[in-house]
Amino acid sequence: MATETTAGTASTSTCVVDGSAVGMPQLCFDWWPNQIFWLIVTLVVIFFFLSRIALPRIAAVLAERQGTITNDLAAAEDLKAKAVEAEEAYNKALADARAQAQDIINQTKAEIKAELDDATAKADAEIAAKAAEGEKKIAEIRANAMESVKDVAKDTAKELVSVMGGKADAKSITAAINARMKG
Amino acid sequence: MEGELAHIGAGLAAIGSGAAAIGVGTVAGNFLSGALRNPSAAAGQTATLFIGIAFAEALGIFSFLVALLLMFAV
Amino acid sequence: MATEAQGEEGGLVFHPMDQFIVKPLFGDGPVGLFTITNVTLWMALTVIAVVLLMVLGTSKRSTIPGRMQSVGELAYGFIYKMVEDVAGKDAVGFFPYIMTLFMFIVFANFLGLIPMSFTTTSHFAVTVVLALLVFLTVTIVGFVKNGAGFLGLFWVSSAPLALRPILAVIEIISYFVRPVSHSIRLAGNLMAGHAVIKVFAGFAAIAVVSPVSVLAITAMYGLEVLVSFIQAYVFTILTCVYLKDALHPSH
Repeated sequence: MATETTAGTASTSTCVVDGSAVGMPQLCFDWWPNQIFWLIVTLVVIFFFLSRIALPRIAAVLAERQGTITNDLAAAEDLKAKAVEAEEAYNKALADARAQAQDIINQTKAEIKAELDDATAKADAEIAAKAAEGEKKIAEIRANAMESVKDVAKDTAKELVSVMGGKADAKSITAAINARMKG
Repeated sequence: MEGELAHIGAGLAAIGSGAAAIGVGTVAGNFLSGALRNPSAAAGQTATLFIGIAFAEALGIFSFLVALLLMFAV
Repeated sequence: MATEAQGEEGGLVFHPMDQFIVKPLFGDGPVGLFTITNVTLWMALTVIAVVLLMVLGTSKRSTIPGRMQSVGELAYGFIYKMVEDVAGKDAVGFFPYIMTLFMFIVFANFLGLIPMSFTTTSHFAVTVVLALLVFLTVTIVGFVKNGAGFLGLFWVSSAPLALRPILAVIEIISYFVRPVSHSIRLAGNLMAGHAVIKVFAGFAAIAVVSPVSVLAITAMYGLEVLVSFIQAYVFTILTCVYLKDALHPSH
C-alpha cells in the first residue's frame, strides 16, 4: 500500500500522488468508509422507491392488465358463443323456410292436380255427353234415311211393277220391302 | 529487482485468463452441443449456463486480480 | 511504480487505474465519511436513473404500456420470474430486496460505461458490502427459518458416511468463500474491462497503431456493455441460488 508522504502535492489522500493513483485505488482503505456510507444511502433510497412506489404499482398494472385480458377473453368467448347461436338460428330459419317452401309447393301441386283432375273429369263428361248426343243424332239421321230408303224403295218398286205391267197393291209391296230391309 | 519479479509474476498470473477462457469455452460449447441435441430443453437451462460461465470466469478474474495486485499494489 | 516508469519515457503514459480514484466534488479536502465525492455523484445518478425508469416511467399506469413502462415491466417480470424459478415461491418476499440489488448494479454498471464517468461497482468497497449483505441475509434467514437444520447444508447426506466430514469441511469453506467470489467477480469484471479500455486508449497516442487501438476500444466497449448486464444478472441469480439454499437447505 502507498505509504509515501504527500507533502507538496494537493492530494486528497495518501493513495494519490501528483493526481495519479498509487497502487490500486480499490485497495485504498481511506476511501472505504465514504463509499460504504454512500452505498448504504443509495441502497436504502432505491429500496424505498422500489418497495413503496414502483413495485406495487407495476404489480397492480400487471394484475389489472391480466384482469383486462381475462375479461376480454371472456367477452370474446361470449361473443363467439353468440355468433355460434346466431348461426344455428340462421340455419334453423333456413331449414324452416325450406320446409315451408316445400310444403307450399306440395300443396300447390296437389291443388293444381285436383283442379286438373276436376277439369279433366268435366271435360270427359262433356265429351261423353256430346258423343251420346251425336250418336243419337246419327241414329235419328239413319232412321230417317231408312224411312226415306223405304219410301224410295216402295215408290221404285211400285213404279217397276207398274212398268212391268203388273199391278201391285201397296200392301204386298210394303211387306216385301220390309222383308228385304230386314234381311 | 523486486518490482521486476512482480512484473514477471503478473505476467504468469495472466496465464490464468487463458485458462478461464478454456473453461468458459467448455461450458458454452457443451451447452451448445446439448442444446442442439434437445433444443426444447435449452431455454430452461440458460440460467444454469450463465451461472456456469460466471463461475468459470470468476477464477480467471481472480488471476487477473492477482496480476493487478502484483503490478500496482506490491 | 509502473506508471511512473513509463511516464518518464515520454509520450506513452498509462494511467489505467486513475479512473477509479475517489475525489471530493468540492474542494480538495480529505475524503471523510460524509464528504460529497464522485461516488456520491454517480450513486445519485444511479438512483435518479432507477427512479426515472421504475417510478416516473410507470406513473401513467396505462394498461397498454409506453416505452418506459414496458422496460420497467420487463425488468420487474425478469427479476420476479428469476426469484420464483430459482429461489422458489416462498422467496417472493425477498423480491424487493433482490430487485434493489439488481437495479442498482445494472444501472451503476451502465452509467460507468459513459466516458469520463466513475464506476461505483468497480470498487471492492461497494461490492463487498453488497455481497456481505447477501451473505448475512442468507445466513440469518437460513438459521431463522430452519434453526440448526440449516447446518444440514454442510452435511451431505447423499454421500458415503466416511466422506461426509471431508465434504463438510469443503462445503463450509465454499460457503465462506461465497461472499469473496461474489464481490470480486463483479468488481473484477468491471475493473478489468475499464482498465483494458484505458490501456488501449493509452496506445492511441501512437499515430501508427491508433486506428487499431480505436477499433479495439470499440470492440471492448461492446463487450463491456454485455458484461455490465451479465454481471448484474449473475450477481442477482447467485443471490437467488444462495437464498434457495437458505430456504431449502436439504441437499
